[in-house]
Amino acid sequence: MKLDLSPEYEAFRQDVNRILTENAHLAPTPDDKGFKNPKRLAWQKLLIEHGLTARTIPKEYGGSGAEPDLLKSRIIAEEFARTGIARPLSGQGIAMLVPTLLELGTPEQKEKYIRPTLHGEMIWCQGYSEPGSGSDLASLRTSAVEDGDDFVINGQKIWTSTAKQADMIFCLVRTDPDAKKHEGISYVLFSMDTPGIEVRPLVDMTENANFNEVFFTDVRVPQSGIVFEKNKGWQVANATLTHERGMLGDPNATKARFLELVEMMKTETLNGERLIDNPLLRDRLMKLQAEVYAMQANGLRVTTAALNKQSAGLAGLIVKLQGCELNHQIAGLAIDALGELGILYGEGDHLRADGSWQWRYMYDLGLIIGGGTAQIQKNIISERGLGMPREPKPAKV
Amino acid sequence: MEFALSEDQRLLQDSITGFLKDTVPLDVVRRIADGDAEATKAAEQGLADMGTLGLNLPESEGGYGMGLLGACLVQEALGHYVAPSAFLAAAVAGDVLARSGSNLAMGIASGVESFGLALTELSSRRDGAGVKVDNGKLTGRSLLAMVPDGPNHVVVADETGHLHVVKDWAATPMRTIDRTRTFVELSFDQVSVVETMPDAARALAIARLLVAADTLGAAQAMLDKAVEYAKERRQFGRVIGSFQAVKHLCAEMAAKLEPARALVWHAAYAMDTGDPEALVMANLARAHLAEVGTFVAKTATEVHGGMGFTDLLGLHYWFKRIGVNRQLFGSPEQARQAAAVAQGFVEA
Repeated sequence: MKLDLSPEYEAFRQDVNRILTENAHLAPTPDDKGFKNPKRLAWQKLLIEHGLTARTIPKEYGGSGAEPDLLKSRIIAEEFARTGIARPLSGQGIAMLVPTLLELGTPEQKEKYIRPTLHGEMIWCQGYSEPGSGSDLASLRTSAVEDGDDFVINGQKIWTSTAKQADMIFCLVRTDPDAKKHEGISYVLFSMDTPGIEVRPLVDMTENANFNEVFFTDVRVPQSGIVFEKNKGWQVANATLTHERGMLGDPNATKARFLELVEMMKTETLNGERLIDNPLLRDRLMKLQAEVYAMQANGLRVTTAALNKQSAGLAGLIVKLQGCELNHQIAGLAIDALGELGILYGEGDHLRADGSWQWRYMYDLGLIIGGGTAQIQKNIISERGLGMPREPKPAKV
Repeated sequence: MEFALSEDQRLLQDSITGFLKDTVPLDVVRRIADGDAEATKAAEQGLADMGTLGLNLPESEGGYGMGLLGACLVQEALGHYVAPSAFLAAAVAGDVLARSGSNLAMGIASGVESFGLALTELSSRRDGAGVKVDNGKLTGRSLLAMVPDGPNHVVVADETGHLHVVKDWAATPMRTIDRTRTFVELSFDQVSVVETMPDAARALAIARLLVAADTLGAAQAMLDKAVEYAKERRQFGRVIGSFQAVKHLCAEMAAKLEPARALVWHAAYAMDTGDPEALVMANLARAHLAEVGTFVAKTATEVHGGMGFTDLLGLHYWFKRIGVNRQLFGSPEQARQAAAVAQGFVEA
């Protein structure tokens, strides 16, 4: 056990901190809205130039071209969390498609897509889930039929975030209806401007359309959009799902929310008493703090395993399940602590934190379900982590 | 940065675990629970021979310099095998003695000096008990003291929160649900105080952290047993471990226990390195392991079905060990309050 950084990394931390604070005046604020907001794009460019995002992506594809160094990546993430300065752009293109293309894309695909994606000039959405294929993703039915050099795509996707804004989609389609379900799927990239695509916003419990439904009717796209190989899309998708689960349940983000909760409970009063002075609320706060610290320590363990190129085992498998649940509980306590004012939402004079605690309480419930439901996570933990047998398949009727 | 056990720490873990596996199997646990002093003594002696006593102390104090992280690994193994042990009392006493510069610490590792622990005044003062010091003489009663067979000293807390070393007492057994360890009521009648130490908050935090480690070990053992049982027990023509209702219980236990392990390590490391958050973390670890341990104890018993409830499997020894740990040195609520005070959320 050695948690303090070596002088080299300590110097790196100070460097990162200096770059962030020196440039803080250029960072976008919450008022700089919109996907291609010039201020946000300029900030992204600056962060890439300083090696604070897209670190290990080769320069030829628009990244910083640094040697992979997990510890440095971690330090950068921590400094963003510590300073509260606007983070780099994220989203499914950057987080999921780029790593996939780097691993499995053709030179042309890398050349064409990675740079604009990293720089926020090309927005992507992910076409995975379908109304009939949620946890059982491999049963998906959106079909892609060959016609000359093209595919003709018909079907429907759901839970597609940013579909309205997206320029492009990375999409799972069935290219061989006769093969076993995992073996007839292809991973295809195509433009969202293609005729025959209809995007319908899917309003969720937060009152926002965080997701969409996407309908494909005779959508003609070039076969050259296939990533890796035809009918090997399941393998490609698994590569990206690993990246997604890594994003959900980040303990640093959880810690930041917990600190917001503490701050709120120290400043907000009820009947003249600070919320944190209420012993019942404080006890709940301390319970959550223990969980936050536990997940942070667990995160350090996972990082160490990755640094040593070892599997983190159970410590890694439980992150999504525990992290998302904990975020939800933090929002839940914030609402209870605010009491009657905790129910305000949307707008109004007495709204606290812009209603974000209620928003998070609902949205985090979505994240408990999305990205592999809690129940699927428990299957994974028990099967891969504890070596328990799979549920037997029912006999075919 | 390295958040993992070192080679030495893993070696320590392996050797203690190996010893306990051979020396304290279930039939020996039963004998110990039934009051077999020989069995208890054999386990205690073996642990002492392996150098566990004083292992947390610096080498300059005759120890192995393994710190509280080392002590937590030993305590975790003890919890895993529900073993009796003088270890917790020795580890706490050694730490506070060494820090106050007492030369009594030096004798712990060699076995010349041995210690019991009576901290109840620090967390749970009661009517009908209590410890006072007047003119260098200590009088009163301390409940649920950990005074394993024949120590020559006891570290006892008084009502003002000071710690004292004394050599004379009368002990009356206090029967708890957990028969794998003995607890006593200590009476002191105008006994001489050998030494006095100030660091009561640290002593309490260490005791709590070690209890957390004990629960971690006991809970891990219960999870292991539940998984093993679920892979063997058949109903409806298949092993019950293939039913999601059962698998998910096991997954939930693992999902709570794995980060709890990291928390115990982190808290111990924080105590060892003088991290300003050390007291916060030790108290949080104590409270958190109480909650996770309670959940695992109940859930693992349920996975065993009716057999979990019987004496036949002996699973109840672990259940009860965890149940006692939940209250030792103060309830989880008290530990959380201590953590809140230690970071200035509220005044003491």
